[in-house]
Amino acid sequence: MSDTNVQRRQFLKTSVGAAAVAIAPGMLLFDMAHGKSDPVSSKVRWGMLIDTANCADGCNDCVTACNKENGLSGGLSPTDSQWMRKVELKDMRSGRTLALPMMCQHCEEPPCVDVCPTGASFKRADGIVLVDKHLCIGCRYCMMACPYKARSFVHEPLHDQKPDVPRGRGTVESCTMCVHRVDKGQQPACAEACPNKSILFGNLNDPESEISKKIRTVQSTQIRADLGLNTGIRYQGI
Amino acid sequence: MTSHSPLRFKNRIYYSLVAAGGLVVLMGLYAAHMMEEHGHIITGMNNQIVWGIPHVFAIFLIVTASGVLNVSSIGSVFNKPAYKARAPLAGLLSIAMLAGGLTVLMLDLGRPDRIIVAMTHFNPTSVFAWNIFLYSGMFAAVAFYLWTMMEKRMNPWSKPAGLLVFVWRFVLTTGTGVIFSFLVARQAYGTAILPPMFIVMSFAWGMAVFHVVQAAIYEWNGKLLDAYVQKRMKNLMGIFVIATLYFVAAYHLTNLYFARQAEFERFILFDGGVYPLVFWVGYFLFGNLIPLLLIYHPALGKSKCILFASLLIILGGFSLLYVFIIGGQAFPLSIFPGYEVSSSFGDGAIGLYRPSMPEIMLGMGAVGVSFLITAIGIRMLDFVPHEIPKSR
Repeated sequence: MSDTNVQRRQFLKTSVGAAAVAIAPGMLLFDMAHGKSDPVSSKVRWGMLIDTANCADGCNDCVTACNKENGLSGGLSPTDSQWMRKVELKDMRSGRTLALPMMCQHCEEPPCVDVCPTGASFKRADGIVLVDKHLCIGCRYCMMACPYKARSFVHEPLHDQKPDVPRGRGTVESCTMCVHRVDKGQQPACAEACPNKSILFGNLNDPESEISKKIRTVQSTQIRADLGLNTGIRYQGI
Repeated sequence: MTSHSPLRFKNRIYYSLVAAGGLVVLMGLYAAHMMEEHGHIITGMNNQIVWGIPHVFAIFLIVTASGVLNVSSIGSVFNKPAYKARAPLAGLLSIAMLAGGLTVLMLDLGRPDRIIVAMTHFNPTSVFAWNIFLYSGMFAAVAFYLWTMMEKRMNPWSKPAGLLVFVWRFVLTTGTGVIFSFLVARQAYGTAILPPMFIVMSFAWGMAVFHVVQAAIYEWNGKLLDAYVQKRMKNLMGIFVIATLYFVAAYHLTNLYFARQAEFERFILFDGGVYPLVFWVGYFLFGNLIPLLLIYHPALGKSKCILFASLLIILGGFSLLYVFIIGGQAFPLSIFPGYEVSSSFGDGAIGLYRPSMPEIMLGMGAVGVSFLITAIGIRMLDFVPHEIPKSR
């Protein structure tokens, strides 16, 4: 083999290697950025059943877990974001007290999605209601429309955000049902953190799922069911 | 072209006024810049009172922008010469106030830099999205209408253009009222009475603003407003004020009849602190009783009285919107009817709101924009009403 040929082969080998080294990380990142390749399907409807009888007074573990998972400050001022909060209830007639966690109810007919001018508020095929942070113009009409006071507006510039949970000053946000975890087959952080296992997460559309079976056997309530929004979050014991 | 007699504006005062208006606009822009820099944390708005003083200004200006066109509609659509002479001025005021209102609405957004997103992404179920179309269409319709009135060759088109504007402004004010009608879960909103109520409010406030501007122009030019025209216009304004009061009364009485709304009404009308005060003193007393007295009392009703009445009606309009928009949000959502509720997020608690300087500056900046457009418009083009002697 002539010297020229060897050099040519050497050159080609090096070039291919360099190209591979150059492209591979990009391909990898591209794959990562796109996450799962299968689109979400409406065959699934994610929901939760919250047993208020088991929800301990004074326990705030779900809220803490939510804040930690999503990189929220945990501040309680009226301008701080609270995706999840514990609400204390007292029946005005009987005096019975109870507490429950309150967050986005992931309605089947979400008023926030109806009113959003740009379509930033949207519902995924699997029933999770989200805000597209790139489309939200911060008009806050969704906050006016939400019957559950589930949404927060980011009043200040943010630092140290979680890579999986994009947020932005001047946009509206709320519970995402930990969509980044759900898409990896995990449970939302609150459900995992509850010490009494009072938050049951699952697929409402699958008759064999634990949540569906339980909803068939126990009495459960949708908050403000009179509005006909068919919430994905159900409560037991109200 | 005898009608184009040069306006005898006192130059120096005029330029100082324009400069003052410009300064107010600059202050508003500075406030918007601060809000952009620091976020809405520097306003009094929060997660419960999500719409504040800027929205009171914006909605007042937008509603009034539609109402001020009464004057031109009565002229063009109903063929009253005295009003026809005033139609161009009404058109200019409408464009000016619409521009002011939209400016503040846009600059109050969390992300005003994304206004292009609002233009390119349209959610057909959102009344906000329709309004973007309605508001920009209004500019075009009124501008076309002005053209047909001010360009002799286009005069034959002025009637159809007037009709278009007439229809458009009804739809526009309906669209503004519907923003609140479509809020299903809020005690203060979510009722179909709001769009017609907004239309009638627009009539009253539009007449009031028109009166103030007309009085200023006449005073400036040393002209005297014809007594007959003045009487017609003040009586019409009085009727619209009464009609607004009727709608407001019907709204509150209906609520009072529903047990589930009783607590909200008690809050807004009696024990809600600043809101009942603003409602009864600002709206009812200053916005209705005194102006109606000034308009209809036989010993009153002269031009100074009407000017004063108009200013009070404007004050009443701001008061009513303050109570409606901010008071309506301050009252907590009824998420768990029948329960006493409390939480770290203000459930069951009255929302606190104290307007901050930047948001007041932003709102005033919108008024400045309207003022500048009006002042410059009147100077540049022939907007001053020319009485047609035969109409007297």
